[in-house]
Amino acid sequence: MKPQHPPMNNSPRAFLAELVTAAAAKLAELKNASVPVIYVGCATCGRAAGAMDTIAGFNEALVANGIEAIIRKVGCLGHCYAEPLVIIQNPGFPPLLYQKIGVGEAGILVRSFLKDGSDPCYEYLLGALEADDNFPTLMDYPRYLFENRVIMEHCGLIDPEDVDHYLAVGGYSALAQGLEEGGVRVLEEIKAANLRGRGGAGFPAGRKWEIARNVKVFEKLVICNGDEGDPGAYMDRTLLESNPHQVLEGLALAALAVGAGRALLYIRTEYPLAVEIVERAIAQARQKNLLGSKILGSDFSLEVSVFQGSGAFVCGEETALIESLAGRRGMPQPRPPYPAVSGFQGKPTIINNVKTLSTVPSIIRNGASWFTAIGTPGSPGTAIFSVVGEVEYPGLVEVPMGVTLEHLVVDVCGGVKNGKTLKAVQIGGPSGGCLPASLLQTKIDFDSLKESGAMMGSGGLVVMNEDTCMVELARYFTDFTQGESCGKCTFCRLGTRHLRDILEDLTKGVGSAEDLQTLQELSEMIVKGSLCSLGKTAPNPVLTTLRFFRGEYEAHFAEKRCPARMCRSLIAFYIDLEACARGCDACVACCPTEAIFTTSNRKKAIDQEKCVKCGECVYACPPEYDAVRRISPPSLIPDQGVKPLIEEEKEEK
Amino acid sequence: MLDHFSGALSDEEMAVLDKEELAVLKAVADELPEFSRTPSQLIPVLQSIQKKHGYLPKLVLRLVADHLQVTIARIYGVATFYNQFRFNPPGRNPIKVCLGTACHVKGGEIILENFERRLQIREGETSADREYSLERVACIGCCALAPAVVIGEKVEAYVTPSKVEGIITEIEVRKEMAAREQQRNETAASTNE
Repeated sequence: MKPQHPPMNNSPRAFLAELVTAAAAKLAELKNASVPVIYVGCATCGRAAGAMDTIAGFNEALVANGIEAIIRKVGCLGHCYAEPLVIIQNPGFPPLLYQKIGVGEAGILVRSFLKDGSDPCYEYLLGALEADDNFPTLMDYPRYLFENRVIMEHCGLIDPEDVDHYLAVGGYSALAQGLEEGGVRVLEEIKAANLRGRGGAGFPAGRKWEIARNVKVFEKLVICNGDEGDPGAYMDRTLLESNPHQVLEGLALAALAVGAGRALLYIRTEYPLAVEIVERAIAQARQKNLLGSKILGSDFSLEVSVFQGSGAFVCGEETALIESLAGRRGMPQPRPPYPAVSGFQGKPTIINNVKTLSTVPSIIRNGASWFTAIGTPGSPGTAIFSVVGEVEYPGLVEVPMGVTLEHLVVDVCGGVKNGKTLKAVQIGGPSGGCLPASLLQTKIDFDSLKESGAMMGSGGLVVMNEDTCMVELARYFTDFTQGESCGKCTFCRLGTRHLRDILEDLTKGVGSAEDLQTLQELSEMIVKGSLCSLGKTAPNPVLTTLRFFRGEYEAHFAEKRCPARMCRSLIAFYIDLEACARGCDACVACCPTEAIFTTSNRKKAIDQEKCVKCGECVYACPPEYDAVRRISPPSLIPDQGVKPLIEEEKEEK
Repeated sequence: MLDHFSGALSDEEMAVLDKEELAVLKAVADELPEFSRTPSQLIPVLQSIQKKHGYLPKLVLRLVADHLQVTIARIYGVATFYNQFRFNPPGRNPIKVCLGTACHVKGGEIILENFERRLQIREGETSADREYSLERVACIGCCALAPAVVIGEKVEAYVTPSKVEGIITEIEVRKEMAAREQQRNETAASTNE
């Protein structure tokens, strides 16, 4: 199809109105369909949980029961604990959200709800999307009540592969408005809103844009940074997969504000689905003249393309990202010159995170004062966190800045799993820090978190209970940053390796008080001696755990004991013969190294020589016996005088 | 057909290449002229070669160097810098064990160890029969399903040491069933004749 070019004297808003009318009609048709419409959450996380099987299950059941229905793939709602999520819009009912719908549940839903139309299957129901007397709505849940969805408002509710869905919910209206009012107005609005970069550092986006705008160079470039490398954060991917047009609109507005004619989306190659969806979105937007030349009939043109990053954590850093675009190793460069002045190929280059750009359209639409009313004066707006680990309801949550960590973990995400106690939260990924339970009142905003020693980072938040060892966690993160260090700065390259080696020894019970001193000093030196923020923040996990959990470090080398009973060199498993049941074989088959044998009194015991301490027998032992014990240090294993049955039988012969 | 890179490889080198590597080299030599010659295209070129052939045989780097007119050192530097690129062929069942923060806290390393023990290969290696390859990945973004493992395209959630055994057994059983099916078909075909 040829791009539809509007008459030149028509305003962008008038042109957009035409597109919106068509899109709204298309969406209304779907909303008022006479047959049921089934929306299945098919972002990467949903697919991992089996969403594609669910779709197949629906299709099969629909055919078997002779029912006609429309199935649409949508993005992610952020409720990872409840995947695969399905929304069913059955005529006569409000749209209903169902959780954990596998193939079997899909069949049941089709038979009982769609065929007979009588039973909405309350057992799988999470809630209704609209207020209704017969169903709980999502707003009845603490999660929705406390959340404030600005960026994720439409995620999981609209079809990311159809631009009309985004247009029908008000999409691209900010771009049309921006085109009419001009780039300067957009820039002023973003500056007034004090939108801070969501990539972690929190640099005001408006200031960055202004620098680039003031450079008197013809060719400029804006880049959307989707190189999300933090192990444990996946909100950028979710946004790209669930609402790609919002990112594109933000990117176009950024380009308009700085006067750039080219835009790039730098997306990790590990996110193939995100790449596919974004490329389709670009093609659709171009076809509707929402991107490309003379956007919406204005004088503004923007060429957008996707670059696939090859998987290097350091490429999240602006200058390293630019290096990798140029086909070189992603090594950060000294600043100044800042990329906003001289970046890719020496042109002014603006790099903003996916979340930052996703926020831009709503600010332009609603005004800066609306935005500053959310959150705190220093950090206005909302923050998206991927809350994972030992928490009841893991997933993506969007809360206003300035709420406390406790509110986020306990009220919004349901607190710690299985009634255990919260020991610490790790916030900000490998560049962030571990905060103990006593600091849960810390407010979530750029400045308060920095003060406490952690960092906003990319928004990964791991909740840990008493079974997680802080020394081991520090070792894990240091191991990660050590592997991802680009090798340019000596302190980062060798310092992190040295840190890792000391920590590894500590997890094996080798070390001294002097080592803790070395860790502290070395960490401070790495911060001072590194060029980019990868090195500057790499020691954060070590520094915070040393500060808040020093006792745990000391227990490792002084008592050869891991208080969390996690470090495998310092723990052992044994079977309590009092609790073990005669004749029960549950643990024997599960052991990967065949370390469990039958004792002379027909109970079980573990051969410590063969045991690899995987802990599988703990789960295999039936809860009514619960006989496997995990202890630290290993020297505490009681001598129960066990003898293998086979040996005794030999003796008898 | 190999004229494109006759300069890049000596006759002795050509002689010792195994068939498979030679086939990849030939294919790449044919594809390369389609790519632009600007050195900034290096990463997309390597990506597309790996996408098609599954890995980058080391000699391919020389062809790319020849094509883009840059030193092989630079290409080797780039290819080893980024995690995406690999120099050995992947197995038919590529296994990726997630070691993101959530998976690590829930025992991802133990899962990796179990795969290593079960398959008798280390992480980053491919088994001798090319059936399995084992890798660790930093985060697949399925933190709510931790610990997670990706087999081919499929994500296995809440993996435990006994589930590792189950996963491998399932693959073995499928393979065995496919082999028997094939054998049956062959027998049927020969009796029909």
